[in-house]
This record gives sequence, structure tokens and C-alpha cells, in this order.
Amino acid sequence: MSSLEIRSLHVALASTPDKPIVKGLDLTIRSGEVHAIMGPNGTGKSTLSKAIAGHPDYVITSGDVLLDGKSILEMEPDERARAGLFLAFQYPSEIPGVSIANFLRAAVQARMAEGEELDATAYYKRLYSKMDLLKIDRKFTSRSVNEGFSGGEKKRCEILQMAMLEPKFSLMDETDSGLDIDALRIVAEGVNTLKGGELGVLLITHYQRLLNYIVPDFVHVMYDGRIVKSGDKSLALELEAKGYDWVKNELAAAAVA
Amino acid sequence: MSAPALSADAVSGLSSARFATHLSQRAYLPAWWLEAKKDAFNQFNALPLPTRNDETWRFSNLKGLDLSGFSLPEDPASQIPNHTRFPQTAELVFSNRQLVARSTVPAELAAKGVIFSPLDEALQQHGDLVRAYFQKHPAKLGSEKFVALNTAFTAAGAFLYVPADVEVALPFVVQHTLTGDNVAAFPHTIVVLGPRAKATLVEFFISGGASTERQLAAGVNDLHAAEGAQLTYVGAQHWSANTLAFQVNSIVAERDARVLSLNLHLGGRQCRHESNSRLLGPGAHSEMLALTVATGAQEFDQRTLQTHVAPHTTSNLLYKNALLDTAKTIFSGLIIVEPDAQKTDAYQKNRNLMLSDTAEAHSLPGLEIQANDVKCSHGSTSARIDAEQEFYLRARGINPVETRRLLVAAFFEEVLEKLDNEDLHVALTALIASQFKK
Repeated sequence: MSSLEIRSLHVALASTPDKPIVKGLDLTIRSGEVHAIMGPNGTGKSTLSKAIAGHPDYVITSGDVLLDGKSILEMEPDERARAGLFLAFQYPSEIPGVSIANFLRAAVQARMAEGEELDATAYYKRLYSKMDLLKIDRKFTSRSVNEGFSGGEKKRCEILQMAMLEPKFSLMDETDSGLDIDALRIVAEGVNTLKGGELGVLLITHYQRLLNYIVPDFVHVMYDGRIVKSGDKSLALELEAKGYDWVKNELAAAAVA
Repeated sequence: MSAPALSADAVSGLSSARFATHLSQRAYLPAWWLEAKKDAFNQFNALPLPTRNDETWRFSNLKGLDLSGFSLPEDPASQIPNHTRFPQTAELVFSNRQLVARSTVPAELAAKGVIFSPLDEALQQHGDLVRAYFQKHPAKLGSEKFVALNTAFTAAGAFLYVPADVEVALPFVVQHTLTGDNVAAFPHTIVVLGPRAKATLVEFFISGGASTERQLAAGVNDLHAAEGAQLTYVGAQHWSANTLAFQVNSIVAERDARVLSLNLHLGGRQCRHESNSRLLGPGAHSEMLALTVATGAQEFDQRTLQTHVAPHTTSNLLYKNALLDTAKTIFSGLIIVEPDAQKTDAYQKNRNLMLSDTAEAHSLPGLEIQANDVKCSHGSTSARIDAEQEFYLRARGINPVETRRLLVAAFFEEVLEKLDNEDLHVALTALIASQFKK
């Protein structure tokens, strides 16, 4: 059983460290749990996931992030990934000239002990089985990473990477954005297959739609850099029905009282 | 005022006495060849070293052109690295100027008249053929003194001749290895493809000993593609980190011939590479490619000339440098379109990937157009690694060294994918990757 603990986290852009975006966020995720963070645009959801992954544009001004009780804040992005964190990007980078096969091979190799040789046959067998699962054409292995991919292809490619790298925790940043229903179903199926195991998921989304396919154990509403409301999956439905203004008004009322 | 000529006698190991011995050991070779060597030795002595005023040496580290202390190695090394594990037609392996291994040309090709032999052997058996192409079109891009030194002292060399209408699928391979401190090598390769012939020659230039071994290498190529021939030449340079290297390519393409040359620069302390393509007949094409990984305090100095002599000729130059640490690259390229060369289509591009803030890339593109109906363009770009791409790779657990290797490989792929030989592609990729091992 693993845990990812976010403690009183404050995050700002490295260029403007005095303007906090995430303003004291607490959340603990355990293996096998799916937590959804919902909230209006500009509330700090993407900032939260990028900062945890170690993106150099962001600075954590206070608070801590613990993976199995150990702070990851001093770790480089690649060390965090090897420790078991995975960020599914909202906008995955295109890398012309690096094939999917070579890219994933380097990532798998990075998790092996020094001097240990990758078994190419076993690697391709595993890669192809995950691709079949996600309904990705095997021809994609020789294509450059994300280059010329449709939105849906990019997101499926993110899930493929997650499936190959088997992280302890996955931070999925708006994985549903830009997906049609078919693509959404395939992506969700992939995630559900993985979470059948020990994977813990932090699902960042603007819309309730994704949660019809990946059913969360917990739903958190993020507003102005903090979690302002938590509940079970019914909270997502309530949000869908009442809109984010409902949360804002509730907060305003609380402030007056 | 030109600088005083550096006479060979100032370079004790390459002195007049040493040259006399070198000649006397080759008395069995044709008289024209020995005369050419004598002339070259005199020319080497007469020519000045480059100075600050030489436009062809702009930005170069002239202090680094120190030939003192070098001499000819006496014996081949006992251990020879092997970079050539891919399917090939035949191979010549030289160590310290001596042939140490060869695989012969398959009988079927030999029967068709294919010759692939050490230069000495070719001079004895096909002297007139060698003479017809040896330095027929010297590159003359600034390194004439060092080319003369090559002619004077060259011993290890290769001669490839593929007669008309013969196509050879797998590459011919030449490997030059230099082992020892303060030793020099002067490789010379001549490739002649007859009309409509097709062949690939791959050359490796490798140091065999410690990376600190001080070495001098001055190599020259004459590459000739007759009417309709298709020649692919790959030169992969991985000299020791303390080598002063010169390599001068002369490329000639006749009517409808296509020549692809790809030079891979990895090793050396200071490396000067010159390449001159001459497009002599309508329909001729030269694809000039180069990849450089410049690390530490290495200097790579590349000078090129695309000479369009005939109408309807095309050339495309793409030189890519990846710069790390405090490395320095110089690219100076010129396209000349002669008055008769109407309908020329010529491109020249130098792209630099800056992986360090302290690396230095100089680019000096140029055009000289004497015809009025041509398409020519040149350009140079320098860019840093894309921060989002870098983070994407790091976020997948890939360490910084491997991330750079992948992004440099990505940058180079545009050039490597022009090779139609997958095994060769893989071999070169592996050689490039070896530069990123920590």
C-alpha cells in the first residue's frame, strides 16, 4: 500500500513567486483510490499537477509532497517519475525524430538497474499487448512521439505510456479534454484496467463527463487554489446540476457569516 | 605579409630525412606517384601556415595548428577497435598506416571488374586508373598545405572502382585506426564509379588508445561519380580527444549522377573538414550532409563549396551541429553558380542545437551567382533545446544525459533518415549515442 500526501501545498510560477496559485492544499491518495479534482478554469488544478511532477516553471513556496512518507520536493523530475509518479499531460509535447518505440524503451530502460539489459522481445510483446488494449495501431511504434497525432491519439498515447511504466500514482491533467465519446471510452477503459491493480489516480477535470466512465472514490472541488468541498461521486453530479457558481455562492455566504 | 612557411624540417618526425626514407621504401611504386609525392613535400614546405588574414580560416584557432612533435607510427597496434559490425561487401582495416586486415571482394563482383584494394596495390596494378582520378579536382578550401602533407606521406589508402552498370548493394568499408602518442596518419581514399554504377563506401577514422593520446590526422578523398552513377559516401570520425584532424573531400558528379556524402564528426580536439562538390553535367546532384556532436572544448571547423558548373544541376547541403559545454563550431559555406549553370537549384543550411550557454557556433553562409535563372537559398539557425520536450522526457523518468541523447538523436534524424541502409543507420546512431555515456 502506497500513499501520496499533499500537505499544505503553496505553489507559484517561478517567475512570480510572490503570487501564489495553489494556496494551501491538503490531500492524501492511497493505492487503488481514484480522486477527482474538479473546478473552474484558472483555479490552479493544472498548476498543482505540474508542480508535483517537478515542472521547472513552478516553485513550491511552502508545504510538502510525500510519496510513501518521503518528501519528493528535492528530487529532479526524472527521479520523481522513477519513484512512481506519472503525469498524463494536458498538452503532450510533440518530439519529431524520436519514435514511440525508442522513447518508451528509454523510459523503461531508465527504470532498470545499471548494466541490466532490456529484453527487446519481451518489451515489444508487452508494448503490443498494451497498444491492442488501447486500440492503438501497432504502426504507431515507428511514428515520432505525438507528431501529427490527433487530440485523441495524443491522450491514448499518454495512457499507453502509463500502462508501460506502471506508476504508483498517476496525475491525469484534463485527460478528457479534446476527446470525443469513443476516444473517451477507450481512455477510460485503459485507466480502469490499470486501476484494477494498485494504481492511485488523481483525476483533474473540468467536466463531470469523464466521471461517468472512470468512477471516482472521492470528488474534491478546487477553487482559488484550495480544496473547498469534498465528497463522494454524487458531488460531481451535484456540481453538474448546480454549476460552479453554487460553490462560489456557498463560499461567499460562509465568508459573510 | 604572410607568415613564415613551416618547413617540414621544423617538424622533426616529418623531416626531409624521414620523407626520403618514406620514398625509398616505395621505390616499387610508379614514377609519377613518387614525383607527385616529392612535389607535394616541397609544396608543404613552401606553403605558409594560415594566418589571421586568411578569410578561409576566419574564427579558426590558428594556435591549435601545431604540428611539432608528430612522427609516423612504426608498427600497427595489437588491439584494434571495431565499429563496423553491419553487413558489408568487403573491408580494409588499417592500423597505424598499415593494412592489418582485409576481406576480398566477392568473386562475382571481381569478375565484373570491381576493384577494392589498398592504394599501394592499386598503384601497382591499376596505376593509370588511379592517376586519372588522384586529386583531379582538388578542393582548395584553405587546407592546401595539409593536403600536400597528406600526398607526401600517405601510405594507408583505399581505392574503389565500380565499372559501368554494376550495382553493389552492401557498403564497402574502410577503417583507419591510429594508436600511440604524437603519431600521425595520412589516409587517402579514391572512389570511382563508372556510368550508372551504384555503390556505398563507409570510412571510419578511430583512435585506438587512450583519449589523451596526441595525434595528427590529415585525410583526403577523391570521390567521382560518372554519368548516371549513384554514390553514397559516409565518413565517421571518432579520433582521440587530443587529435588535430583535417579531412578534405572532393566530390565530382557528372551528368545525372547523384552523390550523397555524410560526414559524422565526433572525436578530435580540433577538426577541420572541407568539402567541395563539383556538378559537371546536367542533372547532376550532390547531397552534402554532416552531423557533429561538439563537447568539452572541441572545435569543429567546416568549410564547404557547392560549385555548379553545368546547367540543370542541383545540390542540397544540410550540416547539423549539436553543441555542449564550451565547444565551438564554425560553418562557412559557399555556393558558386558559374555563368553556364542556368536552372541551378542549390540549397545550403546549417543548423545548430545549443545545449550549453557557453558553446559557440559561427555560421558564414555565402552565394556567388553568375547565372540569371537559378534558385538558390542559404540559411543558418541556432536554437536551444525545447524546454517542454525536455520536461516531457524527464517526466517519464529519463535522466538528463539520456534526455539530451534522445533530443540530439531527434535533431539528427532528418539527416540520418536520408540513408537508405537501415543497418548503417543503426550503426551510426549507436556511435553517436556513445558520446553521451557518462
